[in-house]
Amino acid sequence: MSDLRSLLHGLPGVDKVGVEARAAALGTRSVKTSAKAQAIDLAIRMVDLTTLEGADTPGKVRALSAKAVRPDPADPTCPSVAAVCVYPAMVPVAASVLRDTGVHLASVATAFPSGQAPLDVKLADTRDAVAGGADEIDMVISRGAFLAGDYTKVFDEIVAVKEACGDAHLKVILETGELGTYDNVRRASWLAMTAGADFIKTSTGKVPVAATLPVTLIMLEAVRDFRARTGRQVGVKPAGGIRTTKDAVKYLVLINETVGDDWLSPDWFRFGASSLLNDLLMQRTKLTTGHYAGPDYFTLD
Amino acid sequence: MPERLHVRKTYKLYVGGAFPRSESGRTYLVDGDNAALASRKDARDAVVAARKAQPKWAAATAYNRGQVVYRIAEMVEARRAEFKSLGVPGKEVDAAVDRLVWYAGWSDKIAQVIGNANPVAGPYFNLTAPEPTGVVGVVAPASLLGLVSVVAPAIVTGNTVVVLTAAPQVAITLAEVLATSDVPGGVVNVLTGHAAETAPWLASHDDVNGLDLTGIEDAELATELERAAAGTLKRVRRPGVTDFTADPGLAPMTAFLETKTVWHPKGF
Repeated sequence: MSDLRSLLHGLPGVDKVGVEARAAALGTRSVKTSAKAQAIDLAIRMVDLTTLEGADTPGKVRALSAKAVRPDPADPTCPSVAAVCVYPAMVPVAASVLRDTGVHLASVATAFPSGQAPLDVKLADTRDAVAGGADEIDMVISRGAFLAGDYTKVFDEIVAVKEACGDAHLKVILETGELGTYDNVRRASWLAMTAGADFIKTSTGKVPVAATLPVTLIMLEAVRDFRARTGRQVGVKPAGGIRTTKDAVKYLVLINETVGDDWLSPDWFRFGASSLLNDLLMQRTKLTTGHYAGPDYFTLD
Repeated sequence: MPERLHVRKTYKLYVGGAFPRSESGRTYLVDGDNAALASRKDARDAVVAARKAQPKWAAATAYNRGQVVYRIAEMVEARRAEFKSLGVPGKEVDAAVDRLVWYAGWSDKIAQVIGNANPVAGPYFNLTAPEPTGVVGVVAPASLLGLVSVVAPAIVTGNTVVVLTAAPQVAITLAEVLATSDVPGGVVNVLTGHAAETAPWLASHDDVNGLDLTGIEDAELATELERAAAGTLKRVRRPGVTDFTADPGLAPMTAFLETKTVWHPKGF
């Protein structure tokens, strides 16, 4: 696979200072009134409502799934979120609530979050999740292999998991916080897309550094350039650390300025988040009622 | 030698233990000094800071909260000269310090006075104890004594406050006292500017639990705020014209306390 190596190492290097300055500059845009209302509704429709805790119970997953379908029970005009994201063991529970609602069901798989397991375990994990009713699979790449330069192993794993997914969409988690450099983020993005990823996702949310604007900017540039080269469009999902409406709107501005309208849809961009949804709902309520909303009026999970 | 330039002070807001300018960038002149003019978004940020600080402050022991309020009194005493230079009479500084010490003492006594062991017809201990209401919006009077007389009773019981004031020099000097008195950041937040502009946002805010209108002189505005506060069933205190030198009694403290009653089986 020297082709793969030459492809990845032939990518132009990332201008660290430039990308951080660009992301920071785009983060200063002010979005108000009707534009803000549209941004909030779009952001809600892009949320992958996530619970990935050891303490997840069927009851919590059912409640979260119900919330995904109707995030604000007091306001029927509030849209549903894009998907619910859970551990494979919780997939059947979530599936029973989400059937025929239009809300997708994503499951993490492949020994999430570390990815340190043999390939057949990862594939069994994936097949179980799909069999349980998940129509989206969030896999983690083997960062250890990637950082050691064993791109072929990472590539083959993604191809194998993609095959195990069948019709389910495959999101590939790069865990950018563990990749070390922006150049690695760009390489891992291309590696995942070349191997067949439908989405590339920043993080598991389980390491201290999760989604950031610069990393997402690099990934957006990668999907843009990948489509220009191959004609295939790939989605992007920042996950972890996005908690406020302000953050979410910054990401929407970033999409609009980097890849344009084609990605401004839940089919091509997602937020992996849990507490973000409540902040979006509070801001939405503020816009409709005219006074500030409080967290006591929204469910915790 | 050129004459040394006088370094003048800008009175900024006090939010979450820091002294930021208004997010709006606005300032206004008060008696020749520049002061930040708070906007509704400053009020919003202050409520977030107050809410964040509230659980830990309420969970501190009453003894500890009393010590902190006593420390405020010590620090006001130390800043006597500065308050005097702002036109606060020495007698009023005395009264403010005394008032702080008085409330500090109430911290671990209020529960005994307004709490109770209730006699009930059954094999139960039935205990009533006061608990803080939460985040309280306070429209403060302009004087130092007035300010202390509305802030101290609210915080000594475990509430956190967002204070609106039209007297930046005195209020922000007191904020500087608070910042150096072991009062955790966010327990007291001070916004300077026009109450008519910011108070309605506090009154209607879903995450504010109480509203003290002592500093509002415009009766129509006060009524409007009471109406807005009713939307979320806030506790509202509107004592009208107050003589702050008189004994305040317990009302300023009990206005922002909830009553919790616990039934506990006995006699097994």
